[in-house]
Amino acid sequence: MGSLYGPLDPAPDAGWVDAPPRMGFFTDTSVCIGCKACEVACKEWNNVPADGFNLLGQSYDNTGRLDANSWRHVAFIEQPVAGSDDPRWLMMSNVCKHCTHAACLDVCPTGSLFRTEFGTVVVQEDICNGCGYCIPACPYGVIDQRKDDGRAWKCTLCYDRIGDGMTPACAKACPTESIQYGELSELRERAAARLSALHDAGTAEARLYGHDPSDGVGGDGAFFLLLDEPEVYGLPPDPVVTTRDLPAMWKRAGIAALAMVAGAVVAFAGRRS
Amino acid sequence: MAEAHPVGFQWVMEAKKRGAKIFHVDPRFTLTSAVADRFIPIRAGSDIAFLGGIVRYILDNELDFREYVLAYTNAATIVREDFVDTEDLDGLFSGFDKDTRTYDPSSWQYEGHTPHTNHDESGDTHSQRETAAGLQHESHGPPVPSDTERDETLRHPRCVYQILKRHFARYTPELVERVCGVPPEAFREICEAWTANSGRERTTALVYSVGWTQHSVGVQYIRTGAIIQLLLGNMGRPGGGVMALRGHASIQGSTDIPTLFNLLPGYLPMPTAGQHGSLSEWVDSIRHPGQKGFWANAGAFCVSLLKAYFGDAATVDNDYCFAHLPQLTGDHGTYQQVLNMIDGKVKGYFLLGQNPAVGSAHGKAQRLGMANLDWLVVRDLYEIESATFWRDGPEVETGEIVPTECRTEVFLMPAASHVEKEGTFTQTQRMLQWREKALDPPGDARSELWFFYHLGRLVREKVAGSTEPRDRPLLDLAWDYPVHGQHDEPSAEAVLREINGYSVADGRPLSGFAEYRDDGSTVGGCWIYSGVYADGVNQAARRKPRSEQSYVAPEWGWVWPANRRILYNRASADPEGRPWSERKAYVWWDAQAGEWTGLDVPDFEKTKPPDYRPPADASGPEALAGDDAFVMQGDGKGWLYVPVGLIDGPMPTHYEPVESPVDNPLYGQQTNPTRKAYPRADNRDNPSTSDVYPFIFTTSRLTEHHTAGGMSRTLEYLSELQPAMFVEVSPALAALRGLEHMGWAHVVTARSVVEARVLVTARLRPLRVDRRELHQIWLPYHWGSSGLVTGDSTNDLIGINLDPNVLIQESKVGTCDIQPGRRPTGPALLDYVEEYRKRAGI
Repeated sequence: MGSLYGPLDPAPDAGWVDAPPRMGFFTDTSVCIGCKACEVACKEWNNVPADGFNLLGQSYDNTGRLDANSWRHVAFIEQPVAGSDDPRWLMMSNVCKHCTHAACLDVCPTGSLFRTEFGTVVVQEDICNGCGYCIPACPYGVIDQRKDDGRAWKCTLCYDRIGDGMTPACAKACPTESIQYGELSELRERAAARLSALHDAGTAEARLYGHDPSDGVGGDGAFFLLLDEPEVYGLPPDPVVTTRDLPAMWKRAGIAALAMVAGAVVAFAGRRS
Repeated sequence: MAEAHPVGFQWVMEAKKRGAKIFHVDPRFTLTSAVADRFIPIRAGSDIAFLGGIVRYILDNELDFREYVLAYTNAATIVREDFVDTEDLDGLFSGFDKDTRTYDPSSWQYEGHTPHTNHDESGDTHSQRETAAGLQHESHGPPVPSDTERDETLRHPRCVYQILKRHFARYTPELVERVCGVPPEAFREICEAWTANSGRERTTALVYSVGWTQHSVGVQYIRTGAIIQLLLGNMGRPGGGVMALRGHASIQGSTDIPTLFNLLPGYLPMPTAGQHGSLSEWVDSIRHPGQKGFWANAGAFCVSLLKAYFGDAATVDNDYCFAHLPQLTGDHGTYQQVLNMIDGKVKGYFLLGQNPAVGSAHGKAQRLGMANLDWLVVRDLYEIESATFWRDGPEVETGEIVPTECRTEVFLMPAASHVEKEGTFTQTQRMLQWREKALDPPGDARSELWFFYHLGRLVREKVAGSTEPRDRPLLDLAWDYPVHGQHDEPSAEAVLREINGYSVADGRPLSGFAEYRDDGSTVGGCWIYSGVYADGVNQAARRKPRSEQSYVAPEWGWVWPANRRILYNRASADPEGRPWSERKAYVWWDAQAGEWTGLDVPDFEKTKPPDYRPPADASGPEALAGDDAFVMQGDGKGWLYVPVGLIDGPMPTHYEPVESPVDNPLYGQQTNPTRKAYPRADNRDNPSTSDVYPFIFTTSRLTEHHTAGGMSRTLEYLSELQPAMFVEVSPALAALRGLEHMGWAHVVTARSVVEARVLVTARLRPLRVDRRELHQIWLPYHWGSSGLVTGDSTNDLIGINLDPNVLIQESKVGTCDIQPGRRPTGPALLDYVEEYRKRAGI
């Protein structure tokens, strides 16, 4: 593995020879209508268990968050608007970001989490031993342990579909093309065009999130067009790969260890004298 | 629309991306409002006042598409002198009989006309109301004589244009505000947008969902929309029209080949006892000798249908077995039947993919009716409430149904789902799309086709050899569909071929209904579908990609009639046959070739030139002039004013819903005077303007659930997304009644009380209506007592009051009270509802 920080193409970086183009999701929340077809299609295709029948009272969101049993999650943000009788109601289908620098993968001791030839990050359920290291490593709080089997689960970007040239289940089911699947480079161009169209139409608050290869995770394989600050949607404003500082930490730990050895040597030497 | 029709809504989002401005008018702020450019809240049940205000805006500002209106509508037609409008009779039209609460529509006619008197569509309005006769007009207009007096200057005080103008004169922006709670500036925005987007260069489509029909004035809601669309020239043109988004797949198909008591396939009326004693009497009541237009061939449609039913047994000597058809003796509609069940007049009931215990108005009446049968057959994918009400319905808890004593024997027959059988869906554009079977149904689940074919076969075996006259119709049935597979599944394609029609002599599939004959030489199951199996090819199965054909996509599926994608498309050209504009060119007259041509199948006789004028004594298609674009109407015109065929008046008029917190601000007449009511002790209405039931409630669907829940509350992945019955209230109402977010509340009407979790949301807000603040609450109606997630059923709150034209229930608006906390249980629940009724004086 190469760099732990900064822009790069993750599949070749992970050792794939002749890797196909990096694939990803562009989720345009400005056309999301909150139908949750993505959530259902994901569960149907991936055999994800139901997550309990709980009315949460969070607008129309009864899923609550991304977790081991919810790999797509439609957030509903219902808020009063100052100076208007109408509230605003934002919908956003959240998903694993398939980071360029994926801390979950970096910390996985078994190799269960791996980088696919498409540049996505996938858990191999038959290898995961349930150690749980990946869970605190994720800067977005996406990957999660399933209570009854202890293993870690998350979006695979439908690895078993895209290898056959099929669209991931959620994007296929989305009626308004809020979830778009394709080559990441092309999605970034499409997103930039959509953003400028929205800006031209007067939607000044529109912004992209996770599209920038120079951000703290090297850019996301699944990025978003949002209509407000990321925090409004419960997204971290400035995510950083949690393993970014590992080299510096090891370096410091190494210096500390050397100092300790030196100290010990000095101590023993002192005693002799 | 985003909530109930998310897949169709993709095209609205597509239009928005291309710059379309989206307005959303709704009692509450929904997922549709969230992506609309402008949300305008409205009081539930006030739509005629709102749309009538738009009609007034168009007429007052002369923004109608005048050339179109003059040529293609009845704007210039003169109406009889004795017609009196609601404006002059305080909410009644002339001809009202207060004993029967029906109209004698004679005075509504065109100048010089009198209605037929022989028990036909224009005669006895009481019997029309009993039989929902308005439904017959889905494929054609009701009869009027073809010769009409007209004033092309539109100045005659009795021409339709002037009558319309006077009728809507009081529907001012100020009145719209007072009735609907819509501020004038918001209303003006809608008026301007709709009119600006109509005319030569542009068209506007009016798309509604069927909740719009569920009012005691439902037909007149849609009539008001149709008036606007005609005035603006939006009918028969690309991008125009009035389209119903149906609540299920193939609801259009279920009226074309009806599951209704009063219609036979292709909108042929069911014969009525005492009126249609013979085939010729029945046929003449449909075709109206002397009438303009294509309906003159009704005899061929009727005889071919009888040949499809009774095959070789149907001969000219026995009136093609006409006497075998069931005959109407009155109102056999679904609500009358339920009340008859309660009264012990019905022995058996078939429910096919329907869950009235949850999905129909007045759930309690539905369940008490079903608990009083000899037998009940339920065919569904799951064991739904309509199969379990006798052991777990709300009436078991109150003691009104005792499981050990309930007399009804319930037969639950597992049904194949739509992916487990082949057949067609017909959608809102009248398009038939064939679907293949994707997999075998599980276990004993079978298709409807299998069920009825084999049920018929077994019954016929039981009565084989019988000489009883009552068994004759069964024995004479042509019941000979080929079967295949281990379960002897009948061939759906063979049924489609029969629906299409074929020649008796050689079995050749007919190419269209023009080949139907009234001499017994053709079989045809549904004349409007004829052509779907032309050349022996299943045309509904065509799937040519849009990239390989014109945008009209004539080779995708098949559309009735005659694969015509837009009805009345003659109106897409001007009277001389030229497109109104290049941008909206669709069908036009090719003078060189001497025929109509264009992107679609012209809805006009192919070689009739635009300047054709009929001879004075012409009838049938010959009587249609070259610019009579509305070819199925008796006068060839689109109707701004309906001289015949509607029970409740020739023009829409604002009446309050049956249950309303306000007096009608327009007329002394409070509600639709002709509505079908069932005043009985078990179907009480909340009194209007009652302090006991002070709030308005309206209901609709959530994306996550399908109607009565049989296909969603039984599935984990859908149930978890909306796991509990809830009620939405505004912060103001929550404060008024002490309701807490996520706490419990119960909602009370004269029928019942239901409980729900509370969502307090700014998406609902009080409206100022008739100078006071009104609160509206909203409930989804998906829950019941069976399934993975259960809850009280909203439709229990609703009483039975029906639109007089088509007998649809008023289930989208009512009044109620809401109180914090859970409802009483057991017999105390009945006392609680009774106590409310007493206080309200009912």
